Amino acid sequence: MSHEHEHVSNTGRIWKVFGILSAVTVVEVILGILKPEVLHMNNFMGMNLLNWIFYALTVYKAYYIVWAFMHIEGEKSTLRSAVVFPVIFLILYILFILLTEGDYIYEVFKNSTIKWNF
Amino acid sequence: MEATVTTANSEEKTWGGGNEPMGASYGKLMMWFFIVSDALTFSGFLAAYGFSRFKFIETWPLADEVFTHFPFMHGVSAPMYYVALMTFILIFSSVTMVLAVDAGHQMKKNKVVLYMFLTIIGGLIFVGSQAWEWKNFIKGEYGAIETKGGSLLQFVDKEGHRVALADFAATLPEEREQLTRNKGKWFMEEGALPSYSVAEVQAGFKAHPELLIRTEVITAAKQKTILSREESLARLSQANYVVEGANLQRNEYGSKLFADFFFFITGFHGFHVFSGVVINIIIFFNVLIGTYEKRKSYEMVEKVGLYWHFVDLVWVFVFTVFYLV
Repeated sequence: MSHEHEHVSNTGRIWKVFGILSAVTVVEVILGILKPEVLHMNNFMGMNLLNWIFYALTVYKAYYIVWAFMHIEGEKSTLRSAVVFPVIFLILYILFILLTEGDYIYEVFKNSTIKWNF
Repeated sequence: MEATVTTANSEEKTWGGGNEPMGASYGKLMMWFFIVSDALTFSGFLAAYGFSRFKFIETWPLADEVFTHFPFMHGVSAPMYYVALMTFILIFSSVTMVLAVDAGHQMKKNKVVLYMFLTIIGGLIFVGSQAWEWKNFIKGEYGAIETKGGSLLQFVDKEGHRVALADFAATLPEEREQLTRNKGKWFMEEGALPSYSVAEVQAGFKAHPELLIRTEVITAAKQKTILSREESLARLSQANYVVEGANLQRNEYGSKLFADFFFFITGFHGFHVFSGVVINIIIFFNVLIGTYEKRKSYEMVEKVGLYWHFVDLVWVFVFTVFYLV
């Protein structure tokens, strides 16, 4: 999609995205204050469901900021891939390693004689 | 001269600058790659926060007990509202920024000026809000006790409401002297003395039988553990230090690392917002004096816009990690 010659105004979409981002933030705040028992007390893969929802909504917001506000949807697909894929895979990689290790050290503190090392 | 270039774009002078890789100008491409590297830096910080939090998963402070302040509402516990307001301010300044970029595409100078101005104002309000948040965080509200083993003890009444040190600490006829460098033996000194000594807190606690101690340990109901009166007295006898507010050594909210990460990550983000405001101001004046009008392209507004949206993007994650989860 080339936008070099034709500059149609995007204001409609901008305000729509603003509405989506605001609505998602409001939902997050309401959930954060109410903390529904069903979500807060049930765990899935080491984290409660409420936190999973928070992270899902955060990624959803991030998608709209990058796609609509930073307008990566209008860039060439090669640029889009060059920017998005390295970030996604490297972040998943570092999160996997650090969170697994953090949990491991928690287990060591809990189950062995070492209580406070660093 | 370019007879050996055999790509499909050979007529566009690839090595002479005529061809734009990935269809983006040099400046825009480099802004994108800078954003990629900066995004990875922030991810590293947030992942390190996650590491420490998983390590101390049972004792980490609960965010909605830490960030409870709202301007002009003293003593009212309002978790989340203030930071939600800050989030709205930043999202809205992102909207005005993208409107400025949009107006730039249509070469409407006056609209670009207006929207850039609003963006700068939004950024300044956000930085100011963050400073206020830091002030409350550093000042603290209730105070706590650090034990010899390094755990943190907070004080509650029978109903489980937090009690500040000032509400019960006794006044003992004792003199405390701050250790300054000229009295220290070997580069020894200490910061400002806490308002109360350990002995004063212990005496005050004994004199108020309705008080109990709350430890850092999170129960199955996701609340902090409240000890019985006997256990409380036993734990308090191991007190070592009175903690008020937060600094890089210790904080009254719980794990020492919590405040360190809070200061470092929100500080690094705040610095990004600040530098974003400065860059926006520079571009704002360039728009005013008509630089981009002469250049017949407002792409520079688009480039700083990318940076500004990135700052908003990071805040979305910081908001989730520090305040929601």
